[in-house]
Amino acid sequence: MSIKTFRIGGIHPEENKLTHEVETQMAALPKQAIFPLSQHIGAPAIPVVQKGDKVKVGTLIAGAGSFVSAPIYSSVSGTVLKIDSAIDATGYRNPAIYINVEGDDWEDSIDRSDKLETVKDHPELTPDLIVNLIKDAGVVGMGGACFPTFIKLTPPPTSKAECVIINAVECEPYITADYRLMMEKADEILVGLQLLMIAAKVTKGYIGIETNKPKAISLLTKKCTEAFSASDYEVEVVPLKQRYPQGGEKQLVDAVIRRQVPAPPAIPVNVGAIVQNVGTAYAVYEAVMKHKPLFERYTTVTGKRLAHPGNFLVRMGTPMKNLIEACGGMPEGENKLLAGGPMMGKALTSDEVPICKGTNSVTILSDDDARRKEPQPCIRCAKCVNACPMGLEPYLLAKVSEVKNWERAEHEDITSCIECGSCQFTCPAHRPLLDNIRLGKSTVMGIIRNRNAKK
Amino acid sequence: MYGVIIALVPALLVSFYFFGLGSIVVLATSVAACVLLEWAINKYMLKNPRNTVMDGSAVLTGLLLGFNLPSNLPIWIILIGAVFAIGFAKMPFGGLGNNLFNPALVGRAALLVAFPAQMTTWPKVGQLGSYLDAETGATPLALMKQAIKSCDASVLDQLPTSLDLFLGNHPDGAGAMGEICALALLLGLAFMLWRKIITWHIPVSIIATVFVFSGLMHMTSPVYADPVSVILSGGLMLGAIFMATDYVTSPMTPKGQLIYGVCIGLLTVIIRNWGAYPEGMSFAILIMNAFTPLINNYVKPTRYGEA
Repeated sequence: MSIKTFRIGGIHPEENKLTHEVETQMAALPKQAIFPLSQHIGAPAIPVVQKGDKVKVGTLIAGAGSFVSAPIYSSVSGTVLKIDSAIDATGYRNPAIYINVEGDDWEDSIDRSDKLETVKDHPELTPDLIVNLIKDAGVVGMGGACFPTFIKLTPPPTSKAECVIINAVECEPYITADYRLMMEKADEILVGLQLLMIAAKVTKGYIGIETNKPKAISLLTKKCTEAFSASDYEVEVVPLKQRYPQGGEKQLVDAVIRRQVPAPPAIPVNVGAIVQNVGTAYAVYEAVMKHKPLFERYTTVTGKRLAHPGNFLVRMGTPMKNLIEACGGMPEGENKLLAGGPMMGKALTSDEVPICKGTNSVTILSDDDARRKEPQPCIRCAKCVNACPMGLEPYLLAKVSEVKNWERAEHEDITSCIECGSCQFTCPAHRPLLDNIRLGKSTVMGIIRNRNAKK
Repeated sequence: MYGVIIALVPALLVSFYFFGLGSIVVLATSVAACVLLEWAINKYMLKNPRNTVMDGSAVLTGLLLGFNLPSNLPIWIILIGAVFAIGFAKMPFGGLGNNLFNPALVGRAALLVAFPAQMTTWPKVGQLGSYLDAETGATPLALMKQAIKSCDASVLDQLPTSLDLFLGNHPDGAGAMGEICALALLLGLAFMLWRKIITWHIPVSIIATVFVFSGLMHMTSPVYADPVSVILSGGLMLGAIFMATDYVTSPMTPKGQLIYGVCIGLLTVIIRNWGAYPEGMSFAILIMNAFTPLINNYVKPTRYGEA
């Protein structure tokens, strides 16, 4: 049997998983933690603390701003310094809560033991209870999209979930946080998956892993057999052929269950799948079983020129600068700092940006990798068309966006773009395709929203 | 661009081997003229601060134009061809990436219309030291045309064997110097497929269409040559592999490329059998170049979610 993968487009960027076998270390506590109020898709959270308030690790500092939103908890103990603004991973200044760190005093409700809690020990966990615990703990998609997890688990009545797919692909070059998590917390992840399946009222689960992680595949396969063979749940580890952007939700659904999600506004659950990142499964375990809200995460800090790249369990709100120092400091010469990996990551102007819920990696590209090549004329070689995993025509979308022909952009399905950057990666003329498409996509989506609002 | 030039090396060596001095003069003139013209237009007319002459596209146009010419063509005619290719077909549209028609083919077509006599007398091979004074002979395509016009299938007996056509071993009437040896061109195709410079869609659809269509015609009447000879003679291989696959002037989706290739194949056979010229490849490609924007507009890739 051939190894599964998605059917349209895709590329093979250089892997550069420098930190694959570097064990996760605890990041040191920062002196000051910064919590942007918008760390998720949806409305920003609303502060519930004031200047001078004392907080503990795990204290709620901002509540959900609307239905599509997520609360934010403090990852440190100390005093609220101010509610101001800070440059976050978007590159803009946005409202944020500053907390000066004093000691490391945790809320008593959090279970800090390492004991593995299983679903069997907790018969009280009903689907509704699990969803509420996930919602209250502020759990969002940990792969980078940061969509509130509880919403995905309560699909609209018009669609019915059939399976939960755990996204353990980690196709983005450089990043190894999910891999380390799988190697170090496999049991917890599987309990998390089971909780997700209970919440979604399904018994079928998949874990999609690319074949460049053979140890994770064999470990999880073994653990799955141990955990689920005598249960009503059927969980399958699916090895996937290495190809970017397999970790894209739509690509993963296609690869694992060979179904394609229709054009937006359709979501994976319309074809029966609920996709959750492996980090989310772990966060769900901690939220439900350990009563620990989402305030720390696994993050890779990497770069070819870094002295000691590594994987960290880091409290959110820690400035990236601290992690970079822990890896030996910013290398000499020209560097480009990214929140995320080289394909999907965002270049930052400041190393003071804090680690947030979605920061799976801090990547430092140096010298030639940090520089863009000069764009040449498009010769219509169609490499971008063949690489696009959504079956779009990037050259055309970029062109119509450049000349601001928004009707044409909408007509050519610009809103289907998942911004994976395969087009720009493959372009032999080094054209800034994705830059233009992103601009076009956000403009067109704004136009559509306005139109719908008027109706 | 340079990958395509590497893929042309076998055909280039073959043309030196068969045509000697003539091929060197013609190709050198054509390449030098195209490069110089592009440089001059960039510098003096467009006043382009970044001269695009180094991207290799002008060299390629020059090579392909030269490959489409007889090896005894006078220099001044070649220069006119280069003016048409670069000065009319490429730069006025905005230079690299913006031309509607394949520049080398526009050059060739213009010369064919303007100088029909010089452009349709083809030197015999092996006259390594001669250029303008080379002796000429009838090409396989001319024989095929003659057979159809005179309704006399016996003319086709003079055709070289398929193996000789494949290897380029038909000294009497060789044709344009880039198209003589199918093997050398297929080596170039293999290289380009290996390096993923092009996909199979355009060359295979053209060659297959010509093979099937001319095979059907051959079955209806023996005055139409057998399909193997048809695909191995004239500019078919050169056109299908190197001219029709030009990125800029061919469709971008696999589906579009198949439509484009099949139409080129049909047009080629129609022109070869019933048109005024013995060779229809270049006109077929130019006609389909004109349809490329339309094909790009209507033939979309399979969107995710449609499968």
